[in-house]
This record gives sequence, structure tokens and C-alpha cells, in this order.
Amino acid sequence: MSAEPLLSIDGLTVEIPTARGQLRAVHRVDLTLAAGGTLGVAGESGCGKTMLSRAVLQLLPRNARLQGRVMFDGQDLTRVVPKVLRRLRGKSIAVVFQDPTTSLNPVLTIGQQIIETLKVHLGLNGAAAARRSVELLAAVGIAAPEQRLRQYPHQLSGGMRQRAVIAIALSCEPKLLIADEPTTALDVTVQAQILDLLAREQRRRHMAMILITHDLSVLAGRTDEVAVMYAGRIVEHAPTTLLFADPRMPYTQALLAAIPKIDSPPHTPIPNIPGQPPDPTRRTSGCAFAPRCRYAIERCHGQEPGLSAPDPRGRRHACWLPLMNSPQPRATIEDAR
Amino acid sequence: MVTIDAGIDDTVTERLQRRSGTLLWLSAAWIVLVVAAALLADLLPLPSPTDMDMLGRRMPPDATHWLGTDGLGRDMLSRIVFGARTSLTVGVVSPLVGLVLGGALGMLAGYFRGRFEGFVVGIMDALLAFPPLVLALAITAYVGQSVFNLTMVIGFLSIPPFARVARAMTLSLSRREFVTAARALGATHARILSRELFPNVLLPLVAFFLLAVAVTIVVEGALSLLGLGVPPPQPSWGSMIGEARDSLDIAPRLAFLPAGVMFMTVLSFNLVGDALRVITDPRQAAP
Repeated sequence: MSAEPLLSIDGLTVEIPTARGQLRAVHRVDLTLAAGGTLGVAGESGCGKTMLSRAVLQLLPRNARLQGRVMFDGQDLTRVVPKVLRRLRGKSIAVVFQDPTTSLNPVLTIGQQIIETLKVHLGLNGAAAARRSVELLAAVGIAAPEQRLRQYPHQLSGGMRQRAVIAIALSCEPKLLIADEPTTALDVTVQAQILDLLAREQRRRHMAMILITHDLSVLAGRTDEVAVMYAGRIVEHAPTTLLFADPRMPYTQALLAAIPKIDSPPHTPIPNIPGQPPDPTRRTSGCAFAPRCRYAIERCHGQEPGLSAPDPRGRRHACWLPLMNSPQPRATIEDAR
Repeated sequence: MVTIDAGIDDTVTERLQRRSGTLLWLSAAWIVLVVAAALLADLLPLPSPTDMDMLGRRMPPDATHWLGTDGLGRDMLSRIVFGARTSLTVGVVSPLVGLVLGGALGMLAGYFRGRFEGFVVGIMDALLAFPPLVLALAITAYVGQSVFNLTMVIGFLSIPPFARVARAMTLSLSRREFVTAARALGATHARILSRELFPNVLLPLVAFFLLAVAVTIVVEGALSLLGLGVPPPQPSWGSMIGEARDSLDIAPRLAFLPAGVMFMTVLSFNLVGDALRVITDPRQAAP
């Protein structure tokens, strides 16, 4: 872990001008990811997870303003020329999007879409690219890959389509795979298969992976570290096991408590988090989570807590009153899974 | 797995079989017949379409003139066959001009947005706001009458509708995730336009094209009827109807024969176009 990180994000801020004012989607985010490491990014809808991932790839809306640095493999992605960026995208950094019904082109066959990528990035000829596509589809668990190559996206099931999307993402052996809510649009039964597939391929190919989700339970056992985001900021960042066993930030604790437990008696209410996330176009003084926090004190409303320096076990949190020895023993990894 | 198995066997031929009805086959046969007649008009054993016979004017059908003769004693069948050549040339080439130029403009405007889009949309709106027939009349009167000029004028007029369809499709498609996914895979603008957007935009444009062929045949007819279409004595269906105006009370068939042929052709293009769209669209799942 001490080696030069593959990806390091320094003070990343993304602002998008809207009719109601500047929308601050991501606010001073610092993250690092080592080669072959896995990072989970969790948070509610609209907390900036997706904007963070788009900022890494420089796929932000045209009017978005970006500050900070995104260093990937020794290059600052916010400054490289478009040509270099195009070569990195797909080849070194690949993305799996949320909804496989829209992330595949409906009028091209699966084969055309994979072969295209292979030809452009790896310079393979038609026959070699076709052979490689069959291997890739087989690797992501698609039966009868030769037949599937000739089919259109609508002829495949949702899980099958997401597998094809993953095959395209893996096609050039990227060093970093960003999976942006890869299972949200899928059946529950398929979700675990897709997540396991991603984890398996990640280990096998030794790629780094950023797994973005709103469901903390997805991250348990599949990531090394987890960053919890709230209102565009990282509010807690810790090794996965520690975060689940002993969350510091009340928001993380609340998210963990909101995971339904299989051993709870029937009709147990799931503890939810009261209130709404803050309006991202408004500046707040103090901790963004304070209005919804059970433990908030005077200081939380007036002064914003910065993200602390990592403690000896690598934990960082942004809270004036971090929870110590969490009174939530039930929120362990076993439960979450 | 049932749906997937059905999907594997769902080939174009099968979808064609499901769609086909007698009417569709009749339409296709009619188009083939008209196109073949137009292409082979010179080789067919027909009397000249321009030779007049002042003694045999408005003759009823007989052995030499199968459909009779017109007001100047010219063979009706021959004029309809040679007229098909003119009407189809104008009817197919003009919308093709619109498809290529309008489609390209619309896609570029919808993809790149910004000031270029404002410029294109403004010009298209201005062109659409002008009464097309009057504009066609004005241009034809200015540049002169010929099949080429007529084709270009109607082609020019068909640019705005194609551009609108292409732009609207591109606008909504550009926001779809597969375009973002293509960018995330390192695709250039040219590649996104040609590989991701073009195949998606082409299908509705082709369906629109077949409709435009039908409309153009009618527009050519209208221009010829007004005497500003194909210069005489070259026959076209529209000019035949126009010339038959004075004898509508004596020999209505002189107008109704070309009108009937035009009607059948336009209807066939519409029916076949509709069926083609359904058959070739890979997004159409099994019924």
C-alpha cells in the first residue's frame, strides 16, 4: 500500500451552474487507490458519488467546473489533452454503468460493440477481435458466446446485458474499473452474481476497482476500503471491516442500521434517517449532516468538521463527536451480507 | 430462458413472414412492376410516347393502343410507362438529397448543440415557414424547367423535415447512457456520430424517406399540373393529369389513368415502407 498509488484525487470539487445557483456536487474530496485495490463509495442518491466517478473520467457535463487534481498513473487527468484522455478511457480506465438497458447501443449487436472496442484500442484485426470477444463473453459467464455475439441487446436478459457490458469494460485489461451502481437495475438474484463476477475478475486481472453504491451491504467483503459520502463530501473513510464493525460517523451508523436484518422478527421497523439531504445549491455552515443527526451539538451547526488525518488503522472521519465503540454490535459484516 | 430461446430464432425472415399479408405482397409486386417498367421503358415494344396522331385523338383502348390515346393522339400506356421514369426519378432522388443533407445537418446540430444548432434550426424554420409550393414555383420559374432542376428544387425543400427528424432523434439519443459509455471507452466525436448515433438515426430516417417518396411524387404531380414541372413533351404522371384537364368531361380516363397509377404507387410505397421499418428495426422485440 505504500507504493505510488494508481489513482489519487486531491481536493476535487465539482460545481455545476443551475438555474437555482451553483450546485456543488463534489466538495474537496481526497482519495487514493493503489493498483489492484478496491474502494467502495457509498451514500444516498444525489450525494455526489456518480459525479465523483464522472470527474475521474472527465465525463462531466460541459458546463461543470472542476477544481483539484485527479492523478492517474502519473498523469493529471484534469489537464491532459483530449487525445491522451481518449486513449486512457476504455484502455486504462473502464466504466460499468448502472443500467445495461441504456448503456448498450440498441441497434448494434453485442459482437459489433465488443469487437469495435478491441479493434480501436488493441489494434486487433477482425478475426482476432472476434475470437477474443468469445473468450471475454465466456469469462463473464455468458453461455453460447458465439450465438450471443450476433444478438442485439434486447434479445438478452438484464443480467446477461450487464455481463456483456462488463465484458466490454474488461476487454482492454484496464488498470482501473469504475462500477457505478452496477446492480441497481437488476433483479436481486442477479445482483449477487454480477458483484461476485466483478470481484472475481478484479482479483484475477489485478485491476483496481471503485465500486459505487447506495447499498452498504454490497461493499461488505468485496472491497478493501469504503468511503462514505454525504452532500458531496467524504464523511468517513476506513478499511471495510473496521467501518462495518465500528463506524465513527453517526451517518455511517445510521446507514448500517438501515440495512434489513434477516434474523429480525417479522414487522420490525427498519430504522430510517429522518429528514432529507441538504439542497446542494445552498451553502451550509457547519456539518451538512447536523440537521438530521441524533447527536448534534451546538458546534456541529456552526462549524464544519474537516476530514481527520488517518488514525493508525487508516480511518478518517469528519465529525466533532465521533462514535467510539459503537453501540451497534448488530451491524457486523455477517449481518450485512 | 423461454424469451431468450425465442430471441435466438427471431430472424429477419421470420419477422417478415409474420408481417406479410396479401396486401403487402401486392404492394411490393406493384413497386417492382413500376420500377421495372421505368427502367426498361426503352426496350419495351411500345409506341413512342411523344408521336402525335391528330386523327386518332382520345381513342378508346384497342389492339394498337392498349389504354387508348390522349388529347394529342399519343399512346397512353407508353406515356404512363415513360412517365413512371420521370416521376420515380424525381420521387426517389429528391428525398435522397434531403435525407443526406438534412440528416447530416440535423445530426451535427443535435450532437454539437450550441450556436451551430441555433443557426441550423433557424434556417430550417425559415424554410419550413415559407409555402413550399410557392417557393418551388419561384425557383423553377427562375432556374428553368428540367428534370434535374425539378429534382434539386424538391430535394432542397425536403432538407428541413429530414433535418428536424434527425436532430430530434440525435438530441434524445445523445443523452442516453450508451453515448456516455462510448465516450468512456475513448470514442471520438466522429466515431460516436458514425457508429453510435448514425445507425440509430438511420432507421427512422429511412421510414421517413419512404413516406417522402410518396409525398414527392404527389408534389411533382402538382408542379407538373401547374405547368412548372417536367417540360413537355416529356411525359410525367402529373403533367398527364394536367393536360387532361380540358377533356375531363369528354374523356375522364385521360386524367384518371395516370392518377390511378400514381395513387397505387404512393400507397404501395407507404405500405412497404411501414412494413420495412417494422422488419428491419432490431429494437422491435418478438410480438
